[in-house]
Amino acid sequence: MSFGFPELAAIRLGFGLSPLMPPPADAEAVLASPAQAGPGPEAMTTDRAREIATRHRLGVKARREGLPEPPEAQQASRLLGALPAEDLRRRVIRALDDPIGFGERLVQFWCDHFTVRAINKVNNTLALAFQDEAIRPHVNGRFEDLFFAADTHPMMLVYLDQTASRGPNSPFVKRRPDRKLGLNENLAREAMELHSLGVGAKYSQKDVRELAELLTGLSFSHQQGFSFKPALAEPGPETVLGRSYGGHRRGGLQDIRAAFRDLARRPETARHVSHKLAAHFVADDPPQDLVEAMADVWRDTGGHLPQVYRVLVTHPALATNLRAKVRQPFDLTVTGLRALGMTGQQIAALDPQMFRRAIWNHLIAMGQPWGQPKGPDGWPEAAEAWIAPQTMAARINWALRMPRLLLKELPDPREMLARAFGGTQSRELAWAVPKAESAAEGVVLILASGDFNRR
Amino acid sequence: MPTLDRRLFLKGSALLGCSAAAHPLLNSMTFAALPSDNRLVVIILRGAMDGLDALQPYGDPMLRRLRRDLSVGPENGALDLDGFYALHPRLAPLMPLWRRGELAFAHAVSTPYRDKRSHFDGQDLLEAGTGNDLPVDRRIGGWLNRLLQATPGATAETAYSVGVEQMKILSGKAAHLSWAPTASLSLSPQAQMLLEHVYHDDPLFRDAARDAVQIGSETSEIERIAGPTGDAQALARFAANRLNAESRIAAFSIPGWDSHASQPAVLGRALDRLAAAILALRDGLGGNWARTSVLAMTEFGRTVRENGSGGTDHGTGGALLMAGGAIRGGRAFGDWPGLGEGQLYADRDLMPTRDIRAYAAWAMRGLFGIGRDTLERSIFPGLDLGGDPGMLA
Repeated sequence: MSFGFPELAAIRLGFGLSPLMPPPADAEAVLASPAQAGPGPEAMTTDRAREIATRHRLGVKARREGLPEPPEAQQASRLLGALPAEDLRRRVIRALDDPIGFGERLVQFWCDHFTVRAINKVNNTLALAFQDEAIRPHVNGRFEDLFFAADTHPMMLVYLDQTASRGPNSPFVKRRPDRKLGLNENLAREAMELHSLGVGAKYSQKDVRELAELLTGLSFSHQQGFSFKPALAEPGPETVLGRSYGGHRRGGLQDIRAAFRDLARRPETARHVSHKLAAHFVADDPPQDLVEAMADVWRDTGGHLPQVYRVLVTHPALATNLRAKVRQPFDLTVTGLRALGMTGQQIAALDPQMFRRAIWNHLIAMGQPWGQPKGPDGWPEAAEAWIAPQTMAARINWALRMPRLLLKELPDPREMLARAFGGTQSRELAWAVPKAESAAEGVVLILASGDFNRR
Repeated sequence: MPTLDRRLFLKGSALLGCSAAAHPLLNSMTFAALPSDNRLVVIILRGAMDGLDALQPYGDPMLRRLRRDLSVGPENGALDLDGFYALHPRLAPLMPLWRRGELAFAHAVSTPYRDKRSHFDGQDLLEAGTGNDLPVDRRIGGWLNRLLQATPGATAETAYSVGVEQMKILSGKAAHLSWAPTASLSLSPQAQMLLEHVYHDDPLFRDAARDAVQIGSETSEIERIAGPTGDAQALARFAANRLNAESRIAAFSIPGWDSHASQPAVLGRALDRLAAAILALRDGLGGNWARTSVLAMTEFGRTVRENGSGGTDHGTGGALLMAGGAIRGGRAFGDWPGLGEGQLYADRDLMPTRDIRAYAAWAMRGLFGIGRDTLERSIFPGLDLGGDPGMLA
């Protein structure tokens, strides 16, 4: 059986093949996809997040005082509770309806690279705003803009405790000598360790501390919004990796932008992030020459992401490592819906309870509860992290139950086999599917197969 | 659809030209020599349990001065244990165990983790079992895995990570099994056979699916349990089921302890689940309960003072709950550091008086005969085991 670049690109760089849409014709079609991944009409904003949070707080306050909750607070509270599932629904719909899928795969990748988590319900809206304001607008731009937008976004400031960090010698702290206020290094550390240089790079605790001092002044609260507050900022210049930033600390945000730009352009960052992209799209342990080629272009272009993507999309390693990656549960979910010929419109029409049963709950069982990664390092890449007895059972259960919940009539498994794999299916699967006892069981075999769970 | 049993599964495989020898798990399950007849269950309480509320040192007069609405003592419904400590009323279902000497605790314990008070780091360190001198490296794995490595005769079946996520406490080089009681699997024999064929050349999928079928068929009688404590009970029942068979070590977690606000409600719900899990272990283990030690451990304690929102914040010293017929219960272990001026850690937290790892180490020494040297050097590198607290019956 033969297949070409279109099938390969759909399976490895998108959400698989669809009976409704043709695969991308060539590399140019794939590379045009990220430009379509910008914020949509339903985009959440920080301002809207603040407004909902303020209404929600009215209810909290009323309850604390033993008063009845105002109706607008109840409504905000219900909205906040429903948001994580609605967020997943939106993401599934966009991924499902995207003819190419590469852009939405990148949204998933970058949201994970810059992991945030709304630990309190009140921040559920902020987590959506993070995607729409920090990630989506920059997916097809320069890494330094994405990096700066992500690490100074209110959701990141809250998640990595930047909102609790103040310059030890700032006017704010000096005025409150009896309170133990000071620096929180969390964001500065992760900005270097996870988001840019990588843990293996040569930077010291002193670099972390000085970057943390440089970041003081970044402030967010639902009441006051985002601002740079000079009164919180550590006075004097800070030296990060041998370069000095700031000094006057009134134009603090510009100093922070300059530091992020320099970090983004470091060769260690080029290598670390190129490696991560290659590990996500090509193989857990990606070929050296691919990583080097991506990092070279990163260095030559100052981290211009479309050109880095071009290396990934056109490299021979894409073909030679077919099925080296296990699809993560979100990826698998969309790929399954797509292979069954479902549309975004159908997903939008599901009532919340059915959406939970058919989609949300399966992600939990497969080990990827939506919006709840364990730590700032995000979801694991290694195949072994996703395939254990209980998560394997969850994948098989998904294959058994999801299609029956969502479709009145299941596709003919022989046709589905041809359409979902486009000639890439293994001999074993091609042998097994026609031997299934029923059409339903044939569909189960396809969706539960290694061919389908890998890409 | 009928659930496939092992025999049918093997028959299906043989049909496709695979031999039973290709199933090492099935063989090892039948013939493995058991390292010991004792059982160890570790429950990780994620989110930092407030030990001062769960096990209230009401005999320390400072408690009443530092806490107004929480840790309210026997005069407000807590259950007096020994004239100094009282049990949170939501742990009342465990009182019979206390009276029978099957429930104990150690107060003012902690890992070596200090000051940053991050749940993630704190849990990582608790499960890694390492000291504070080096950052937690994921490659080092968890201390229960190092226990397996130090146990002659241990097989994959010896230890179970129970729940959807694999527990870091069991991650590492030594093979072990993992399963979630919610992950029931039921396939027609034909689908079973065809899937086996489809996975045949993919060892990762093949082995995981084989274990899934195996475990699923052996434990399918564990029914779903409704109600707010059902999830914790299901984990415990599954663990008990495996511990009654070939397993000797099980780990699972109970989340939901992070009581920054409305602590009575938050902590109450979490304690209900802990009590239900312990009772489900006792009921499920039957006669084996007598040879079982359960350690319920949390990443750190919480602030001694109440905060402004009816809760407590991240602290340092916490409490370790122990249960099981192998425990010398009905008593409190450890030294009480006091809550007075200068006695708190960083003027906010309960001062730890002993490393929580020492209790775990003494449990492993007593249950599995692990040598002091192995405990201090490989399982808990850098730990000073100290004197025997005498916690095992």
